Amino acid sequence: MKLRVLSNQAKEAICAEFPKYPTKRSVLLPALWIAQDECGYLSEPAMMDIADLLDLTPVQVYDVATFYYMYHLKPVGKFHIQVCKTLSCGLVGANALIAYIQKRLEIRVGETTQDGLFSLKLVECLAACGSGPMMQINEDYYEHLTNQKVDQILDDLKRLGRSNLATSRFRLPMAI
Amino acid sequence: MPTYEKILLKNMERPGYTGSLTDYGHAGGYSALEKVLKAMSPQDVIETIKKSGLRGRGGAGFPTGVKWSFIPKDHPGPKYLCCNADESEPGTFKDRQLIENDPHAILEGIAIACFAIGAQTAYIYIRGEFFSGAKILNEAIAEAYRAGFLGKNILASGFSLDIYLHRGAGAYICGEETALLESIEGKRGKPRSKPPFPATHGLYQRPTVVNNVETMMNVPHIINRGSEWFAAIGAGKSTGTRIFSVSGPVKRPGNYEVPLGITFREMIYEHAGGMRSDKQLKAIIPGGASAAFFTPDQLDVKMDFESVAAAGSMLGSGGVTVMDEDTCMVWAAMNLLEFFHHESCGKCTPCREGSAWLLQILQRIEAGEGRLDDLHALESLSHKIEGMTVCAFGDAEVAPILSTIKHFRAEYEAHIEERRCPFRSNVVLAMAH
Repeated sequence: MKLRVLSNQAKEAICAEFPKYPTKRSVLLPALWIAQDECGYLSEPAMMDIADLLDLTPVQVYDVATFYYMYHLKPVGKFHIQVCKTLSCGLVGANALIAYIQKRLEIRVGETTQDGLFSLKLVECLAACGSGPMMQINEDYYEHLTNQKVDQILDDLKRLGRSNLATSRFRLPMAI
Repeated sequence: MPTYEKILLKNMERPGYTGSLTDYGHAGGYSALEKVLKAMSPQDVIETIKKSGLRGRGGAGFPTGVKWSFIPKDHPGPKYLCCNADESEPGTFKDRQLIENDPHAILEGIAIACFAIGAQTAYIYIRGEFFSGAKILNEAIAEAYRAGFLGKNILASGFSLDIYLHRGAGAYICGEETALLESIEGKRGKPRSKPPFPATHGLYQRPTVVNNVETMMNVPHIINRGSEWFAAIGAGKSTGTRIFSVSGPVKRPGNYEVPLGITFREMIYEHAGGMRSDKQLKAIIPGGASAAFFTPDQLDVKMDFESVAAAGSMLGSGGVTVMDEDTCMVWAAMNLLEFFHHESCGKCTPCREGSAWLLQILQRIEAGEGRLDDLHALESLSHKIEGMTVCAFGDAEVAPILSTIKHFRAEYEAHIEERRCPFRSNVVLAMAH
């Protein structure tokens, strides 16, 4: 079988999931993660590759990929910013923070900066309600946010590709 | 401030505790699994958990031992256990702390539960956003295999168990147990009609138990210290401790482990330090976004399953969201409806369409464009959603609306009569989505 866009490495990673489950279809969510990690988003050819590997039809793959919001069907920024807007964060300043990030990046929610570095999205509860307002950028959580912290995080990411303001092991309440 | 013995948070509050297998072992870790495998039968384990009175910590509060006893003993094929780590109920953030700081405690609980029900495969379903938690759990699973606490013939007992981590990808509904099973099967996370129940027709149509992270973590302690010890903690039929997540404008938001049955007053004013800037408390969500709002005159309600239910709400996920005098209740209900509308899986028409209509009406009231019959429309629509859906999501999405109308009707009316939100200056509206 010839793969359209996925690498052999991705194929191997997907096949390594098979022994964990009694059906091939159960590997669909892991396979979508592997493809997204490799390509940055889930293109139609990538989903067709997954369909072939899992003995599914392309539409079965598409059906599932469109249900879960963390799967990107279009490319996103190198740093994908997701700000929590649900009640607990809203009570401690999420809306003002969202307004600030939009102004600072000169984009609106749902857009990507022209250099392709940052995309901005609002999301529902990320289970960090005691340390809001908060956001997730790629794999990392950033909590207890202020405008100053946002400035530093965005600068760090632009310059270094990482920021040590990301939360390490989570524990609440923070030591006083 | 009253202090209580911590059970689940004890290890992680020791200075320098990393959650590694070595640290967990020094804290007595895996001794309960050893005791179970060497000296107990599956039936003994189930009876011990039943007698302890342990109830599910995910939201519904179903007795754990009873749930395990529903698994058919003579079933010929595989049985499964799924640990629900899809923590996504707004206001709840305890599992993240447990997973990241004491992962082996969860694995040990799962192993004991699997022995009790005769499962040789367990899946931990963790929400997709918890990248860090997934890494930590995967490392812990690998450590446990290397040490012989997982895999074939554990501690030479003849019992074998594989635990796999399955990552979600952003869907609140997958915390519902049958949606979670669908998701592991590689499908859209849509709840199944019950019956049949997972105990007989669960994952891959096999007998399955689904238990929350915090529930699993209680199990080794009950085995080690006995069901009488556990049953003596808490209040009435709500035994043991519970980790409550407190958020909103309080001085010390956080996760607090206390015996079930303390008051909301003690939780908010003692443990969480009271209101920021000493503002007045206005409303409390007692158990996650799916629970009806409480008002300050309910501060002395006890935080156990029965007392909160008797007072008209539910202890749910243990997520306590606190709101102060500056919070607009219409905005709060609207914010939660945005959540529910976004997360409705779309399977049942009343929930899918109803959440959109409810949200539309709330948005127009909040924007100062409400009509007097809107309150009636909200209530009548809500009553046509609750009880009319396959899962509890339908009941959940109307709880914030019905309870805010009940307690704060005048505030809704003020929005409509004054054609504006009286709290408008506190809220930035009209955000692009």
